[in-house]
Amino acid sequence: MTMLDERPSEEANPELERKAERAESWRGFFTALPTYLYLVVFFVLPLIIITVISFAERSRTGKPVLGEWTLDWWIKLGDPLVRSVVFRSVWLAFLNTLLSLLLGYPFAYWIATRKSALMRNFLLVLVLIPFWSNFLVRTYAWRTLLDSNGLVTKVGEMTGLWGKMLFTEPAVFLGLLYGYLPFMVLPLYAAIEHLDWNLVEAARDLYADARKAFIKVTLPLSKPGIIAGSILVFIPSLGAYVTPDLLGGSKTTLLGNYIVTQFKSGRNWPFGAALSVTILAIMMVATIIYFRKGGKTL
Amino acid sequence: MTAAVSIRGVTKRFGTDVTAVDNVTLDIVDGEFFSLLGPSGCGKTTMLRMIAGLEFPTEGSIQIFGEELALRPPNKRPVNTVFQSYALFPHMNVEKNVAFGLEMRKVDKAVIKEQVADAIEAVHLKGMEKRKPSQLSGGQQQRVALARALVNRPKVLLLDEPLGALDLKLRQAMQIELKDIQSEVGITFIYVTHDQEEALTMSNRIGVMNFGNLLQVGTPEEIYERPVNRFVADFIGETNFIDGTVADDGRIRIAGGALVYARGDAPAGADVTLTLRPEKIWIHSRGAADLDPERNQLPGKITRRLYYGESIYYEIELEDGTLVDARHENIPSLQRRDVGDEVTITFHRQAAEALVS
Repeated sequence: MTMLDERPSEEANPELERKAERAESWRGFFTALPTYLYLVVFFVLPLIIITVISFAERSRTGKPVLGEWTLDWWIKLGDPLVRSVVFRSVWLAFLNTLLSLLLGYPFAYWIATRKSALMRNFLLVLVLIPFWSNFLVRTYAWRTLLDSNGLVTKVGEMTGLWGKMLFTEPAVFLGLLYGYLPFMVLPLYAAIEHLDWNLVEAARDLYADARKAFIKVTLPLSKPGIIAGSILVFIPSLGAYVTPDLLGGSKTTLLGNYIVTQFKSGRNWPFGAALSVTILAIMMVATIIYFRKGGKTL
Repeated sequence: MTAAVSIRGVTKRFGTDVTAVDNVTLDIVDGEFFSLLGPSGCGKTTMLRMIAGLEFPTEGSIQIFGEELALRPPNKRPVNTVFQSYALFPHMNVEKNVAFGLEMRKVDKAVIKEQVADAIEAVHLKGMEKRKPSQLSGGQQQRVALARALVNRPKVLLLDEPLGALDLKLRQAMQIELKDIQSEVGITFIYVTHDQEEALTMSNRIGVMNFGNLLQVGTPEEIYERPVNRFVADFIGETNFIDGTVADDGRIRIAGGALVYARGDAPAGADVTLTLRPEKIWIHSRGAADLDPERNQLPGKITRRLYYGESIYYEIELEDGTLVDARHENIPSLQRRDVGDEVTITFHRQAAEALVS
């Protein structure tokens, strides 16, 4: 900026320009205001409350006693039992994300490369159909399938490959995979569908065979979809409550159920709060790492 | 003359009702700059893609230096392509883009480094090695695409409307540069374009296509001066069409009864169309005494005048009502005409081509 620029001229009226700019920024603020308010009231505030509660002593009924502070609940996170729950949850969420990716990628690729738009839309609708009925109902359906007389169990017994899975970890895993696979397929589809196929052709033209072209071009360019899909599967898997509650047994407690237990039969709100903050932290760290790895493509 | 690319009876059908390329036979000579020219949808790009291996012909044979490879995948062909949209890998920098082909062929790392550096320097992009394609201008991206293809020393370089996305000035500069590069490396270039001017100025030979057919192959001069049919005459440059019939003495009787001389070998009695380029028509004042008797003469009247700066277009109505455009260089020695002037137009006996209609 030189002095010359700041001198008022006949063409530009700096006062008017500044006014217009200010009006513009106010307009933006008002547009975003409802969302801001909503997020503050229903997200930031509860988060603060939960964090505060996690440092409070508890009464005999399990309610937090504000005013008496302790670090006990945070120390309790180190208990072997708690650690195993956290570990199992993260492991299952990770496994579920990985398998969703391995199953979802070829599927999304296949849909995205159908020539007819009608066919693509039809296949996408198929992916979305499960959402037309309630998640709870669908999980109960799995319960029927996986029970002693269920279809899945019968097939397993007939082939001798597996037995009754209900109330075991594999049942929870199946339920999670079923529940969140569409969240992997949709962003992958979007990414692959937007791919510039000229680039794949260019790779083929430059001596890459089909496999190399996929690894060097298709895969890196669908990374935004992989990242979005992974986050969309990992986070709800980590906090899953309904699936492990209905399909898992007492030995397969996951973080979601464990937290609910603390607030209900466990009568320990502050500890439940500490667990909730922990799960949030894990999700945030995992997401940040993932975004970092994704580089600037997002 | 060795054939770099030898195309024999190549047909490409998509589904049952679309014939993109219809029984094309063509030899492209080693070291020449060959253009495939035609309107969009004429099959020229499909033809190029079949040479590249990105499409396989339904019928026919494609040989490159005697090696049959019509059905060979693109990665196993000694050709490289400069794509219309450049198709640079957006997730790789300039250096990585250019090195891609060599890396895929597992060339020694030190050699890659050296050749990539040479190629980048050859297209004047030194210092840009670490930039991503999105950080380059259209012209620079174009150069990267060129370097990425040429670094592999292909036997044939395929270019699919490579200059289409550039603005006029840059396009003209790149035309000259491309031509220079081609004569430097001596590689056969096959250049697909719908821009007839580009094809005329750059090519050693041109193949004109329409509706999947190869209509004419020849030097730019042959294509422009002696088009084989009405489509070629019309697509390349501007021209006038005058309908007529071949008279017994070989002259052409045009509507209105006048007889003119033209080139062509249509038999007497055949219906023909004369194609006559606007710049070959001279305009004289009616009754001028110094007319060359060796030139065809037709009386007419100026009905329109368009001033283009470097030239002036006159529309002349012949006696039978046929409208003919004539182009005059804007030079002081040529007399200006006005609308309504009674004139006589003349053109050389070899200037008009009689096409069997």
